[in-house]
Amino acid sequence: MDNLNAIELRNITKRFGPVVANDNISLQLHKGEILSLLGENGSGKTTLMNMLGGIYFPDEGQVFVDGEEVTIRSPKDSFAHGIGMIHQHFKLVDVFTAAENIVLGLEGDKGKLDKASIRKAVREIADRYGFDIDPDQKVYNMSVSQKQTVEIVKVLYRGANVLILDEPTAVLTPQETDKLFKVMRNMKKDGKAIIIITHKLHEVLDVSDRVVVLRKGQYIGDVETARASQQSLTDMMVGHSVSLNIKCPKAEECKDRLRVKNLTVLDKEGVKKLDNVAFDAFGGEILGIAGIAGSGQKELLESIAGLQKLQPGAEITYISPEGEEKSLVGEDPLDIIHDGVLLSFVPEDRFGMGLAGSLCINDNVMLRTFRRGKGNPFLDKKYPAGVAEKIVNDLEVVTPNNNRIPIRRLSGGNVQKVLVGREISCNPTLLMTAYAVRGLDINTSYTIYNLLTEQKMKGVAVIYVGEDLDVLLELCDRILVLCGGQVSGIVDAHSVTKEEVGLLMTQFRKEGAENA
Amino acid sequence: MLEFLTSLPTLLHSAIVFGTVIMLGALGEILTEKSGNLNLGVPGIMYIGAIAGLIAAYFYEVQGGGTNQIICLVVALVAAFAASMAAGLIYSFLTITLRTNQNVTGLTLTIFGSGVGNFFGCSLTKLAGGQPGQIKVPITNTVFTAYSEKLVKWLDDLTPHIGLGNLLFSYGFLTYVAIAIAIAMWFFFKRTRSGLCLRSVGENTATADAAGINVTKYKYLATCIGAGISGLGGLYYVMSYIGGTWESLGTIEALGWLAVALVIFTTWKPIRAIWGAYLFGVLYWSYYYIPGLDRSSMELFKMLPYLATLAILMIVSFRRKPEDQPPASLGLPYFREER
Amino acid sequence: MHEHHEPLIRISKRDGISKPRAWGIRLIAVVLSLIVSAIIIYSLVKMNPLEVYASMWKGAFDEKSLFTQIFTFSFTPKTWYFIRDVMILACISIGLAPAFKMKFWNIGAEGQVLVGCIASAFFMINFAGKMATPLLFVCMIGTSILAGAIWGIIPGFFKARWNANETLFTLMMNYIAIRLTAFCVSKWENPPGSNSVGSIRYQGKERIGWIGDMFKNDNPVKFGNDYMWLVLIVLAVAVFMYIYLRKTKHGYEIAVVGDSENTARYSGIRVPNLYVRTMALSGAVCGLTGFMIVSAVDHTISTSSADGRGFTAIIVAWLAKMNPFVMFLISVLLVFLDKGASQIATDFQISEYASEIISGVVLFFILGSEFFINYKVKLGRNKKEG
Repeated sequence: MDNLNAIELRNITKRFGPVVANDNISLQLHKGEILSLLGENGSGKTTLMNMLGGIYFPDEGQVFVDGEEVTIRSPKDSFAHGIGMIHQHFKLVDVFTAAENIVLGLEGDKGKLDKASIRKAVREIADRYGFDIDPDQKVYNMSVSQKQTVEIVKVLYRGANVLILDEPTAVLTPQETDKLFKVMRNMKKDGKAIIIITHKLHEVLDVSDRVVVLRKGQYIGDVETARASQQSLTDMMVGHSVSLNIKCPKAEECKDRLRVKNLTVLDKEGVKKLDNVAFDAFGGEILGIAGIAGSGQKELLESIAGLQKLQPGAEITYISPEGEEKSLVGEDPLDIIHDGVLLSFVPEDRFGMGLAGSLCINDNVMLRTFRRGKGNPFLDKKYPAGVAEKIVNDLEVVTPNNNRIPIRRLSGGNVQKVLVGREISCNPTLLMTAYAVRGLDINTSYTIYNLLTEQKMKGVAVIYVGEDLDVLLELCDRILVLCGGQVSGIVDAHSVTKEEVGLLMTQFRKEGAENA
Repeated sequence: MLEFLTSLPTLLHSAIVFGTVIMLGALGEILTEKSGNLNLGVPGIMYIGAIAGLIAAYFYEVQGGGTNQIICLVVALVAAFAASMAAGLIYSFLTITLRTNQNVTGLTLTIFGSGVGNFFGCSLTKLAGGQPGQIKVPITNTVFTAYSEKLVKWLDDLTPHIGLGNLLFSYGFLTYVAIAIAIAMWFFFKRTRSGLCLRSVGENTATADAAGINVTKYKYLATCIGAGISGLGGLYYVMSYIGGTWESLGTIEALGWLAVALVIFTTWKPIRAIWGAYLFGVLYWSYYYIPGLDRSSMELFKMLPYLATLAILMIVSFRRKPEDQPPASLGLPYFREER
Repeated sequence: MHEHHEPLIRISKRDGISKPRAWGIRLIAVVLSLIVSAIIIYSLVKMNPLEVYASMWKGAFDEKSLFTQIFTFSFTPKTWYFIRDVMILACISIGLAPAFKMKFWNIGAEGQVLVGCIASAFFMINFAGKMATPLLFVCMIGTSILAGAIWGIIPGFFKARWNANETLFTLMMNYIAIRLTAFCVSKWENPPGSNSVGSIRYQGKERIGWIGDMFKNDNPVKFGNDYMWLVLIVLAVAVFMYIYLRKTKHGYEIAVVGDSENTARYSGIRVPNLYVRTMALSGAVCGLTGFMIVSAVDHTISTSSADGRGFTAIIVAWLAKMNPFVMFLISVLLVFLDKGASQIATDFQISEYASEIISGVVLFFILGSEFFINYKVKLGRNKKEG
């Protein structure tokens, strides 16, 4: 019995277009163990698990549950095989109670919704594993951790034997994390097998029995947790440094451009997304921002761009090339424009923010400049058309025959080129980019690196949020590392090692903050 | 003031008759909207329910010479319900399967339904002799307005000044059916698994889909059955309210929109539709019973139900209490992206 | 245990479709709908549908050939009525365009038109003869626009400030406007007790406030003069709206907000302000239509002055994809059906409500046809996998 696998994946491959997200991966999950799936962003962890959860279907390979080959085509199939996946985005109905969410979609006793018996069943599960849950609480009144509890209980209520948790601790406080781990250990004792996707090394060491590491869609290896250390795991996760030959010349002089102090931002649920962040950015320098996904990168850039509500006490000061100081606190994007602050911003979610998908290239390029010509109610369409043509030519944007089709219909790389091109065409003094090369091929990525360096040499302060550590090390002058909304270190990009940055990303070091 | 107080029982009586029409209309729409479909075709559906019931009754008792009261009842009810469901099916097919815009489709259905209602209403009138109001379906009308006179008299004698018997038990059976539907619907939403599934479809379609609920089936069923119930409101109007005939004054359309207003007023809760409908009736008819109003002020009084609805809509927006909000996916199309 | 069938019909979003093909699909839908309507007509009245359609044509444009009418530029009264109704319907639709382009569901055109009617009628009734005619017109137009704008701003403000559901809000505003109109009608009724306002004239004979007479009070008025003004104003509004939406900064902002509110915020567009401003414009055009209904068409006011066209216009604006000029085309189709069906009603002694049935059927078909423009439908094989 003991050596029977709860789950076995054999030679799984999944491609999205030309991108190979999972390359021939084989993996076993033993019964009654907690397995950590470790890897950087984009290493293919979630994709792999989504094939167990019925979200994706593998292009190649086999899946075995309890030693039997199965086909999982939908979340329903996944449930039927006793697999329960808890996604990062909870699938709960806000106006329902915990109990209602837990039984949603299940055929009960003759269709009746017997709240007393459901409550009892939920309590039983809660007692058995040590959950803290009120079956009658409405979801909209719940904290993130409570919502997560509902998701886990929901899966257990449906009789799951295998639980997959996709970055469950990303949204939790340390106390809540401890609680979750206690519950996970109880579930393990009860014979459940658990896969936890995470970036946080200390958590891996804390909770799991075994670790599987993925990197860039490849299976790197597995190791007993007892025989692993933070250092050895980091090495497996980030791999050896690769030289990319990105040019990083030194700018002649660095001028103060942006001073940020006491920056704290809460999300809708009141969770701190940024916690007392402080840093300076200089003209003539690329400041890299590293951190695992969701550490506050988005909120940091949006705060500067005037798109976030800041907690009182925050200071964001912009210093123009002429030395004039301006506070950006309490200003919305229009105020910032009116103040003459030449700020450019390439946001993470291109169509969610930054571009209007149904408009054409010219009209999207116009987004930054349509206010030209004060007092003239009409649009100047010639100017943006010229800019757009220059962007299309300089950055080799491939468009089907003309610039009049909705930009949504261009490929991701071309869309990104338009966005970056537009932001640079505004001649900014402060340029912020979030994942500017995500989804781009190597050549285009280099084009963008060169553009950023060119801007830096012009004296622009560039803030580059990236995910590839090799790129961050070679492209940037300094690197600010975010961890859980806090600055865990600001380091010199030329002297720091990849492993050091990796450690800063996954564990908070107080002394790092002063290390500017 | 005294005059007003003595006329209060009469006011309440007319409010309850009036309220029943819009209560049925609103209950159907609540069921529909709980599935995330905002059907602005309610007035059209009520027209279709009304005319279908009337035609069926007319052909059975006037053309066919039938006299069986039970058959009159069944024929009218089934025809009204089925025809309204068919109208709901048109809306469902267009919005759910062909993914057309819900607002536009609903409004088109209102145009279509009022056309169907009035076209056949006029044709039937011509068939019956030509003068407006010449259609008569006396037996069906009797069935739809019948009540126990004994019970009413007994209660009236017990409560001489108020006339409780007349106030509570002097209405046709659909008045009580409407209340029963409201309670049944409440039970369905709150106490059954299917009710839970339906609500989840209207609140968060993707979550419902992920939970293995057949979203399309629920939307179709809720919209069609909802249309059937709304159609009964139209039937009640022709059979009870105007006494089994047809008129083309556009009253059904006005009542249909009032039913849509009532849905907002109840914040999508069926039990509230009971007293909400009667309250609308009181507000609507109050001008008739408040002494000393001239005709123009009467018109302003007729505004009250709509003002009350707007007030509720504003309060609900200020307070942001999740339970009072429209179903979160209301009006949004849903289709699972191909994987 | 589980069998996996490929769905019989696979539906996927189209990347885009060429304009001629899209219009081809729409044309097919219209033709199909006319065939279905013909079947309905035939089954109802057992008459040759072709004869019926010929009768409809006559209803819209009279017996005289439409070509002759156009080339000699002398329209028959029926044709003028046709043009008039097209103009009114198109103008309301044009008013809705900016709101819809912003993805703001303004269902309140009916009410916005009515308050415009009230404002115009107020000046016509109370100030005719007491004010110079040009000034009277300025007041009528100005207050109508203002009234419509206010009726639009109210829901816009509540959406901007508290995110109140605009569909339901504007819907309610319609009925408040209808009751308000009923109130005014009973205040202004003429003769007393008739419960209607009657044709508004000054001292029984002069027709002050009739737009056709604006500059020629003394001359006998040529038929259609009233409506010529209407055509000019509506065309001007259409051109204005086309330019406003396509060529101005405001129009651009509306397009961005309609696409993505976050992108709009990102680029410095203040979305709440835009809601209020655009709804003011939307209401203003509807209010202006109210002025035209009172001054150029009805010369009176009643609760049916807007006659449901505020609702029909929603469908027109939606089908026209917010393009003001396409709105004329769709208005022509709908008014043709309406006029034509009334003619059938007279010719074949059936109820004139047939027009609403036919309009409904045609609209259902056109609405449904959009699906085939936006989606690809493939019939798949029923093959087993796994």
